[in-house]
Amino acid sequence: MHPVRKQRLIIVLCVVVFSSAAIGLMAYALRGNINLFFPPVEVAAGKAPVGQPIRVGGMVVDGSVQRSDNSLHIRFEVTDYQASVPVVYEGILPDLFDEGQGAVAAGVLDENGVLQATEVLAKHDENYMPPEVAEALEASKAMDAAKAKGAGE
Amino acid sequence: MIPEFGHFSLIIALCLAVLLATVPLWGAWRRNTGAMALAPGLAMGLLVFTAISFVCLTIAFLQDDFSVEVVANNSNSLLPPIYKFSAVWGNHEGSLLLWALTLAGWTAAVATFSRQLPLMVLSRVLAVMGFVGVGFLSFSLFTSNPFARLIPGTPSDGQDLNPLLQDPGLIIHPPILYMGYVGFSVAFAFAIAALLGGRLDAAWARWSRPWTNVAWAFLTLGIMLGSWWAYYELGWGGWWFWDPVENASFMPWLAGTALIHSLAVTEKRGLFKSWTVLLAIFAFSLSLLGTFLVRSGVLTSVHAFATDPARGLFVLVFLAIVVGGSLTLYALRAPAVNSRVGFAGLSRETLLLVNNVVFLVATLTVLFGTLFPLLMDALGQGKYSVGPPYFNAVFVPLMALLIPFMGLGPVSRWKRDSASRWKAELLVPALAALACGLTLPLLHGDYNIWVALALVLAGWLLLGLVRDVWQRLRSAPSLARGLRRTPASYWGMVLAHLGFAAAVVGVVVTSQYNIERDLKMEVGQAETLAGYRFEFTELANFRGPNYLADEARFVVTRDGREIARLAPQKRRYLASGQIMTEAAIDDGLFRDLFVAMGEPVGQGGAWAIRLHYKPMVRWMWLGAIMMAVGGFVTVVDKRYRRQRAASAAGEVAHGAQA
Repeated sequence: MHPVRKQRLIIVLCVVVFSSAAIGLMAYALRGNINLFFPPVEVAAGKAPVGQPIRVGGMVVDGSVQRSDNSLHIRFEVTDYQASVPVVYEGILPDLFDEGQGAVAAGVLDENGVLQATEVLAKHDENYMPPEVAEALEASKAMDAAKAKGAGE
Repeated sequence: MIPEFGHFSLIIALCLAVLLATVPLWGAWRRNTGAMALAPGLAMGLLVFTAISFVCLTIAFLQDDFSVEVVANNSNSLLPPIYKFSAVWGNHEGSLLLWALTLAGWTAAVATFSRQLPLMVLSRVLAVMGFVGVGFLSFSLFTSNPFARLIPGTPSDGQDLNPLLQDPGLIIHPPILYMGYVGFSVAFAFAIAALLGGRLDAAWARWSRPWTNVAWAFLTLGIMLGSWWAYYELGWGGWWFWDPVENASFMPWLAGTALIHSLAVTEKRGLFKSWTVLLAIFAFSLSLLGTFLVRSGVLTSVHAFATDPARGLFVLVFLAIVVGGSLTLYALRAPAVNSRVGFAGLSRETLLLVNNVVFLVATLTVLFGTLFPLLMDALGQGKYSVGPPYFNAVFVPLMALLIPFMGLGPVSRWKRDSASRWKAELLVPALAALACGLTLPLLHGDYNIWVALALVLAGWLLLGLVRDVWQRLRSAPSLARGLRRTPASYWGMVLAHLGFAAAVVGVVVTSQYNIERDLKMEVGQAETLAGYRFEFTELANFRGPNYLADEARFVVTRDGREIARLAPQKRRYLASGQIMTEAAIDDGLFRDLFVAMGEPVGQGGAWAIRLHYKPMVRWMWLGAIMMAVGGFVTVVDKRYRRQRAASAAGEVAHGAQA
């Protein structure tokens, strides 16, 4: 074969082999490893899948945080002021986790509607709100406003 | 007064950047030597005025001038002076100014060290950098002015710097990272200048190669510092989270790694020219994309500063202009710079091609994972997040695939090589690596197949290089002559490849053998982890310059012998009331011991405590440092200096053996 053509063939083969390997890997990796965010109101309405990794975020309900006395077990609720979802977690919480503050919990919803969290994220300084939480709160505010308007008419 | 002076300097800098972006380019077009000769002077002026502006902001921070909004929001009179200094770039506005300063620095460096370039090329390169400067300086001035005042309404004290950023690692991480990030603008400028001139030859690759290597080395160092900082300061012992902003710095690194290898082929053999140009454009575009991701706050990340849609839009438009413009230029000009040189299937060119494909595919998978949530959100498909399992699943196999080829690279020959020669050279190293990999994990006790695999691959890299170095020195008449004859760029390559091997070992061993335990502990209790006994001896109060802390004191013993005393803290910063975990780490070449405090549990003075045993975690950072040093070493190579003396015009690829 002509050397230039042969060289092109090598290049094309390399590209094809590696990109198909990569696409295969990506498809395989994406299947189990992405999780969708749900505001508490959708979880309460049963729209979130049970037994699949999801994230739920909102404000931590005042007075809802219960810590165990003899282990690192913790239970709290997150709310978007429409509905709230109970979350249980075992481990160390981030520094800025607190009642009345925004938090996102990642984990699996069990049959009782409790989120078994494997990770809890809190905002990392006082001005910052996770964008999903901000938007969920925004949506629930908008819904409130719409309802108030509907009731007024 | 000083902030206004800084503001004014910044405006002058922008004007100079506009001149730099236009006049020399016009000169190059009209063959006007006078206009082209202005470029170096304008570049120096740009540096001087950006530096004055930066110094003014620094003075405002050091003097606690809370009438300046940025200072009021990010500093405090109690803040230790060194953190007042680093607070300059611990915020959106200041970090952008640092970015502009870094760019001005690189531009001035090109102007200073590239006097031997043909004036036409130099003026085009500097003009392109000036154009990038216009983008960033106007971004700074029009959307995020660091010198905005709070008059009236000057607060009596500032709101303090985010405690996470009050750390020595954060003093140097951003400047070093920016040196790398922005450094790719030089490679980009050289590429665009070559496209504009229609001359993409080996000389072009030789000019831009040292710059690209240095930028890459800085970026390596910057990423390493970020990872190290996350490890000890974010408090929880993780060292890489595949966070969008980490990815933002990692993607240019991956593309840059492909670029420095592709440049080698272009310089030595005159091949892959259009491809190299495309990679240079790609690497810099990824740097800009990273800036967009960090500065616009579109993604949830620990790095996101305050968000502002106008800023995101500005960077996005600038990104579109740069990427769109350079790709259009590429489409118009690239076919004209085709090459007519061939190479055989088994040759160094092929191996470097494999390197390029793997790194490019890795870049694209990371890019896809990073942008997937944005894409789905934009399509109204919901708010997804793509976690570390995705990235690990695609990235780890790609790297594992790369290393067998990487071991062949240094011993292979340009143009044509043979399998039988490879076999003769590398059979012994291959078998030795296999033996090491299979036996060494036995030392640890519990045998782990992934560690074995990593050791085989790292051993393959190490022993192949050792064999190659030995061959080189043996063929010389004397050791001293052999050392002298070996070019610096070769030693740089050896160091960087060894660093990569070390990093692979570090990453895999620490991921596989890491032991982590979250416990409730009281004073007097002890816990044993991997043979180390952590005893909680005392709980104390501690007062720092601007915080109060609870301090847990631990004594770590092994077989009754004291190894370390560790005192992790839980700090409350006075100005903001923010709580911070300060981990305590006993570091070592073969293991780190890590203790961090969670929160108080129950009423009896017990605390949630996190204990870590992390074997060989330092290896990945040491490996990254070796890679960076390797990148710096290549620059002192004689041939980059020799070229300075010789007239660079008309250089042809000689395919010198290296």
